[in-house]
Amino acid sequence: MNIVVCVKQVPDTATERKLRPDDKTIDREAAEGVINEICEYAVEEALRLKEAHGGEVTVLTMGPSKATDTIRKALAMGADKAVHLVDDALHGSDGLQTSYALAQVLKKIGFDVVILGSESTDARMGTLAAMLAERLDAPQLSLANKVEIDGSTIRIQRLTDYGFDRVEASLPAVVSVVEKINEPRYPSFKGIMAAKKKPVETLSVADAEIDAAKVGLASAATEVVDFAVAPPRAAGTIVKDEGDGGVKVAEFLASKKFV
Amino acid sequence: MAEILVLVDHVDGEVKKVTLELLTLARSLGEPSAVWAGPGYAADAKAKLAEYGAEKVYVADDADIADHVVAPKAELLAQLVGSASPAAVLIAASQEGKEIAGRLAVKTESGVITDAVGVDSDLTAELSIFGGGVNVKSRVKTGTPIIAIRPNSTAPEASQGAAAEERVTVSLSDSAKAARVVERVKQEKGARPELTEAAIVVSGGRGVGSADKFSVIEELADSLGAAVGASRAATDAGWYPHQFQVGQTGKTVSPQLYIAVGISGAIQHRAGMQTAKTIVAINKDSEAPIFELADYGVVGDLHTVTPQLTEEIKKRK
Ligand SMILES: Cc1cc2nc3c(=O)[nH]c(=O)nc-3n(C[C@H](O)[C@H](O)[C@H](O)COP(=O)(O)OP(=O)(O)OC[C@H]3O[C@@H](n4cnc5c(N)ncnc54)[C@H](O)[C@@H]3O)c2cc1C
Repeated sequence: MNIVVCVKQVPDTATERKLRPDDKTIDREAAEGVINEICEYAVEEALRLKEAHGGEVTVLTMGPSKATDTIRKALAMGADKAVHLVDDALHGSDGLQTSYALAQVLKKIGFDVVILGSESTDARMGTLAAMLAERLDAPQLSLANKVEIDGSTIRIQRLTDYGFDRVEASLPAVVSVVEKINEPRYPSFKGIMAAKKKPVETLSVADAEIDAAKVGLASAATEVVDFAVAPPRAAGTIVKDEGDGGVKVAEFLASKKFV
Repeated sequence: MAEILVLVDHVDGEVKKVTLELLTLARSLGEPSAVWAGPGYAADAKAKLAEYGAEKVYVADDADIADHVVAPKAELLAQLVGSASPAAVLIAASQEGKEIAGRLAVKTESGVITDAVGVDSDLTAELSIFGGGVNVKSRVKTGTPIIAIRPNSTAPEASQGAAAEERVTVSLSDSAKAARVVERVKQEKGARPELTEAAIVVSGGRGVGSADKFSVIEELADSLGAAVGASRAATDAGWYPHQFQVGQTGKTVSPQLYIAVGISGAIQHRAGMQTAKTIVAINKDSEAPIFELADYGVVGDLHTVTPQLTEEIKKRK
């Protein structure tokens, strides 16, 4: 089975994240780049599917050259090879353009299953799996906390507001996972060493047959017109419970007219 | 005035509050047309949509639409974007709502903005990103603006509309029917306000200790007419169903009041509640990061502080 797992490098959420004043895109230099957490769950699920059904796991990322760190992390976990879509022309692409660019690569490299995390911590759109399914004309099996493949049938549990839906489709399919699906493995020392020798193919926009006029900041379908750092929250009142902690909270709530 | 399409969010035939918020917002942008997708449409629903200003109601209530994941709703909206040429499409920013918005954007080659907390009359959207750290104004440059809006962003205000009904038939493509819902599993938890819509949310975390002890959280919530939420630690432990998880991979809530009980305030939790107007924390560890956000906090054992708080609220009623 040809399993492709999409991963993204994002600014570390533990540091202060910023937009660039010049072109109002995410400042990827200001904070350390790390693998988007939920992508690790996607990689883990890809590896488990491979372990159960055979085949190969390919890591796919679109991002600047420093995103190779994120690729190495996924390879160290056990993925077989990687494709890195990297081109200055892609800078500033929005969700619509990113889905176009990744779909072009996926059409080129082929897949039985594409697996993604449900959302990234930077843009937090939560739309990429849906957009890829639309572009690739493949079933959308998103927000999964369970994935099963049986021959050419794929079944997931899709988390919903009331519980979950059991959803079924035929391969090839696009899957997105939530963090409830598994516990990602830590790369072993051996895995880290092996990752250094695994093949990473870099593709430019031209290599992937992406129309350069359709990607990048200038032709993005959305634009940030303005932004400002939010004023910090005023420091609150913290009291130690002296046996009347509950009463004190009630008084605070009353002062704010909640009770 | 240009039409503004509002996708109706409904459960069991009932229109959700977020839709009333979206209709209210749509009135400031143009002429609201509600779009009903899936079964359950009835007179009550129509009356509600009229009450909040829908001038038109497009109805596509075939079961087919709900029996497949997301794509049919995007197909329906794309068809209406083609025929009605609306000035914008507004969708509730639930996980599914955002997915519908995403597919619709691809179909109509339009820009999509998700998690907006406001929209100006020129269709510029306001967002709060990076866990509330940065406020952004964004706009769509290409196609029909598709904007997914967070619940609780606008106060719903009634204003009668004509609600002229127009039946719509969509002949779903095969690809829209590729992912079939074969079973729906409901895990309800009492008759409390919906988490993302509630004015007050009381959430419990690992500190609660067990599924049984979640009654402490529920009782406090009930004394305030609040919704119950949970941290990932609590949902993963099976103490509360996953759909009540607040945070990065759970629900994003912006209530007037958020009470975090036995929750440390990990960055992934904060991502889902940081925009609450007032935050209260009860935690035994004075170093817990949740206190950095709290307007009011008590350092103490939740098993004594919380029941006392519930009692005191009841007394004051
Ligand atoms: C990809 C990913 C996605 C995630 N998504 C989410 C998400 O959506 N939502 C989410 O919540 N988390 C999420 N997490 C998990 C997050 O990192 C934290 O692990 C989680 O929020 C911790 O939950 P907690 O605060 O209940 O538990 P803990 O961090 O263990 O905190 C428990 C707190 O309870 C206090 N406590 C214990 N006993 C008592 C007592 N008797 N009285 C008072 N206080 C007490 C402790 O002092 C402590 O502060 C995600 C993690 C990952 C990797």
